Amino acid sequence: MRIQRIREENPTVKTLIFHDKHCAEAKPGQFVMVWILGVDEVPMSLSSINSDGLSSITVAEVGEATQALHQIKVGDVLGIRGPYGNGFTLVGGKVMIVGGGTGLAPLLPLAKSLRRFSAKISFLAGAKTRDELFFLERIKKAVSKVNVTTEDGSYGLKGLVTDLAEQILEKEEFDMIYACGPEKMMLKMFLLAEQYHTPFQASLERYMRCGIGICGSCCIGEYRICKDGPVFSGRQLRKVKKEFGLFKREADGSKVSF
Amino acid sequence: MSSRLVTEIAGLKLANPTMLAAGILGSSGSFLRRIAEAGAGAVVTKSVGLKPRIGYPNPTVVQVDCGLLNAIGLSSPGIHNFGEEIREAKKGGVPVIVSIYGFSPEDFAEVARMAVEEGADALELNVSCPHVEKTGSEIGQNPRSVAEVVKKVKNKVDKPVFVKLTPNVADIIEVAEAAVKAGADAVTAINTVRAMTVDIETTRPVLANKIGGLSGPAIKPVAVRCVYEIYRRVDVPVVGCGGIATWRDAVEFMLAGASAVQIGTAVAFEGLEVFKSIAEGIEAYLERMGFGSVKEIVGLSHQH
Repeated sequence: MRIQRIREENPTVKTLIFHDKHCAEAKPGQFVMVWILGVDEVPMSLSSINSDGLSSITVAEVGEATQALHQIKVGDVLGIRGPYGNGFTLVGGKVMIVGGGTGLAPLLPLAKSLRRFSAKISFLAGAKTRDELFFLERIKKAVSKVNVTTEDGSYGLKGLVTDLAEQILEKEEFDMIYACGPEKMMLKMFLLAEQYHTPFQASLERYMRCGIGICGSCCIGEYRICKDGPVFSGRQLRKVKKEFGLFKREADGSKVSF
Repeated sequence: MSSRLVTEIAGLKLANPTMLAAGILGSSGSFLRRIAEAGAGAVVTKSVGLKPRIGYPNPTVVQVDCGLLNAIGLSSPGIHNFGEEIREAKKGGVPVIVSIYGFSPEDFAEVARMAVEEGADALELNVSCPHVEKTGSEIGQNPRSVAEVVKKVKNKVDKPVFVKLTPNVADIIEVAEAAVKAGADAVTAINTVRAMTVDIETTRPVLANKIGGLSGPAIKPVAVRCVYEIYRRVDVPVVGCGGIATWRDAVEFMLAGASAVQIGTAVAFEGLEVFKSIAEGIEAYLERMGFGSVKEIVGLSHQH
């Protein structure tokens, strides 16, 4: 797959745009396995899905593989297989979308798709600092109600996005809460959804190898992130309470705490 | 499921002759439990060694025509961190066979001892992984080395020992016989076939390790032949493995001499329901052909 365009979202996040007919038909929340030649192969959520065939991944520079993705130039080749996984289940009514850090990536195509269901969307975006935020303009174009928090107060409200979500949930009822971000944040949102008896979906991430449900690297309890997920409902997450938000498996299969 | 499907291998009682093959989804105890609940008669864990091992970088699994190619590289948390997975897997209520690897006969014996201590119902010795140096098929290609590993393990544990054989040899019978003579209670045939694939657009071998093992429908006839040849020559049960995706495949392996079958790659394409659907298919076949027990069809093709 040849990279057609690259957009710098902020100092640490880039969007790589490519043309793929399978991805054009993906659901928001689905992911692709991205082969960075000679380096690694990693799972990445699709950050845009367009019927004209242009799709993208949005990458923060966090490790060896993502550093290599940041070196990619227009015209370079990446291997893409997928899309894989289940994606978000779309609903109408009043929904809350909560994104933290790079978790925003799959939430923009989600918000765009939800408009087709005439969903009334309240979008909450959180980051540590202003420089880590991205997609805001496009989210604002897609959604009427957007709230932004930063932990250092450099943009929007100062504080955690989950605290803001809690304040809103105290006053308003929602038909669905969608979340994607650091797992601790998603755990907090899950607990809030439970507390306020609100249906919930979160997109999880794990070390992944095959992407097709066979190697077992990405297991959480009885589920595989790649095949049963990456999006899980509140009901499913209740079954993996002993793992969700607490620990994940490394490449050797051992458990490490978040 | 009926009593027709009940079988016994090396003292292990199986409600039906389907087993999860080693290396497939077997690193999490909770997931092994789900597979047991999905209908597998037994589960084999992912191979575990003495020390933690990360395995190879990705790509480690590639889909090719008629199968999967993998070179995961024996990633494992090490037996010291695997006890809780074994205990969790056992809650599934079916025999849990722990697949083990080592870089020496002593390694194997120590991992075996600890696995049994943690509750393993049986062991399967991985002397057949085709893509890691100094273990796997490097041991499994030499009948004397296989015998030495089997003896060391048998001396250490009193649970059944399965030996998983590699097809990447000139004569698989010779290795099977060496394993059985050394005390193996059953043999599993076969592990993956050494293979590779090259991406023509980028001119690169796709697997990070370049060479891996081929599984799935492509290797089924090779596996059936191996089971057939081994069955004639050894007096312990043979477990068939390699490209089994339907009940027809399973029956074919059993007619060739397999007492049970292991299913791996098909889980990717058929889902977890594959165990139940194969078991039900075997049962319907037995009924249609007038057999009272699945044991009656094992090796039946040798009459001809």
